[in-house]
Amino acid sequence: METDEYCIKQISVFSENKPGRLAAIAKALMEKKVNILAFSIAEADGFGVVRALVDKPEVAHSILSSLGFNVAFTEVIAVRMKDEPGGLYDIAEILGNAGINIEYSYAYSGKDGAVLILRVDNSKDAIEKIINLGATLLKSSRFH
Amino acid sequence: MLQSDKVFWLFLPNTMTRGMTQYWDESMERLNGPDLKEIQEKRLRNTVIQAMKIGYYQKKFKESGIKPESIKKIDDITKVPFTMKKDLRESYPFGFIAVPISDVIRIHTTSGTTGKPTVVGYTKKDLDNWAGLIARNLTMIGLKKGDVFQNMVNYGMFTGGLGFHYGAELCGLTVIPSATGNTKRQIEMIHDFSVTAIHCTPSYALHLSEVAEEEKTDLSSLKTGIFGAEPWSETMRKELEDALGITAFDSYGLSELYGPGVAFECEERDGLHIWHDSYLVEIIDSKTGEQCTDGERGELVVTPLVKEAMPLLRYRTGDVTMKIEDGCLCRRAGRIERITGRSDDMLVIRGINVFPSQIEHVLLSRPEVGNQFMVYVDRINHLDELTIEVEVNREFFSGELHDLANLQNKLVKTLHDALEIRTKVKLVEPGSLPRFEGKAKRVIDRREIY
Repeated sequence: METDEYCIKQISVFSENKPGRLAAIAKALMEKKVNILAFSIAEADGFGVVRALVDKPEVAHSILSSLGFNVAFTEVIAVRMKDEPGGLYDIAEILGNAGINIEYSYAYSGKDGAVLILRVDNSKDAIEKIINLGATLLKSSRFH
Repeated sequence: MLQSDKVFWLFLPNTMTRGMTQYWDESMERLNGPDLKEIQEKRLRNTVIQAMKIGYYQKKFKESGIKPESIKKIDDITKVPFTMKKDLRESYPFGFIAVPISDVIRIHTTSGTTGKPTVVGYTKKDLDNWAGLIARNLTMIGLKKGDVFQNMVNYGMFTGGLGFHYGAELCGLTVIPSATGNTKRQIEMIHDFSVTAIHCTPSYALHLSEVAEEEKTDLSSLKTGIFGAEPWSETMRKELEDALGITAFDSYGLSELYGPGVAFECEERDGLHIWHDSYLVEIIDSKTGEQCTDGERGELVVTPLVKEAMPLLRYRTGDVTMKIEDGCLCRRAGRIERITGRSDDMLVIRGINVFPSQIEHVLLSRPEVGNQFMVYVDRINHLDELTIEVEVNREFFSGELHDLANLQNKLVKTLHDALEIRTKVKLVEPGSLPRFEGKAKRVIDRREIY
């Protein structure tokens, strides 16, 4: 099965936990007309990682790096959910049955439904299992 | 029984009483003028002979063109080059030991400037001398048989634990070797055993007093507090005395000169008596190495006069003080003012000496982080906190939070192993720490300690 088309490039930005860092990231993306589709912040002791799905990941990477931010690409996958009660349960059950371990996850709900973004240990394996179990994965071309 | 009494008397000079002042070894403690000079010079000559058994000093004397036998008078000492802490490090582990290792019956270590610690060794005679000096100090502040003494400092490689322990036993006190940690238990023992005197770092004593107050434990048996291993101010003395109902005394020492007991306050608490028959004192300008005039502050340089296993000549302590020339009401001679600072960048954190170079050494060994760092020292609830900011290397960042969290934990652990204290590590963004062109100022000490 061709799995590459479902691998989505998330940008991950190392940031100290202090006022103004998110604004600095957001401003840089605004100025380069990069649209943020989904986003989350993971926090540890005194620092965090800002994770975002953007329409132009390469542009985002280069502008943030040039401003001194420490940026990396991380491979994630996106599963479509029904935007109604039980929507998350349907997907979570499939993941559980397939034995897929989630490292982290965040979600958004937009014009065309709800989307669950997942970071898993082995994307290729997870993509095959999720498709075989009948769930819908979004192709990276929908984002970038 | 008779046998052991005999041995006992060999080490136990009479405790003399003159007016209110108690002495452990009155003739030695009050020695002054030509008599003092005579004994100092005799001991200095012996110390030079002892030092010449060490390769380092043989080489130093040869290089400087000094004949050991030319060091006869006190003033001759200025011909001898200084001995620095880094010299001890370079001779790790036993390069400064002047006796066969089998005659060294104890080893302690203290923080080195990088990587390896500084090793200090003691012969039987050294340990007896050291205990005797501690006994002088304890007697000087009025402690005697019948007092119960709780020694709340580290009993391991740190000299403060065993040093005070044996001195206090020699002096006839009832010693509780409680060591560090478990504040509630420490408080319980002070109360239950009717402890009259404690020894710990001043910051720990303040912490203890607060916990005792929360617990509503009565510590009224206490009358004396001995505080050392870190600098503390007169304001802190007042706070300690009010909180614990004690008289607080300042204790000074360093492992290279045996350990604690080098200098100590008497009941006047106006400067510390430095035991002049055992330590030859100079105050120098740390930049030029020139002698300071009387009443001028400078770096304390000491030549210990009775050390056998590890003789040192003109050892630079890094501590800033000055000589006090006026006589003291207790009639002992030889005083220095309380330590007012450091001539180098050494920090004292919870009684442990920390050199910024040790931190640098650890960080250099970890490719995940950069070589820039900043150190912040704070005092939070009376306890010192060391926070180290370090930049994550660009190449290391994988995008994963847990890799960073693991790195943070690893750094805390490696630093703990190297410094023997727990630190807080803050990972900061690459390029965000200040870069220094001249002399780096990496340490920001936000405590008010002097």
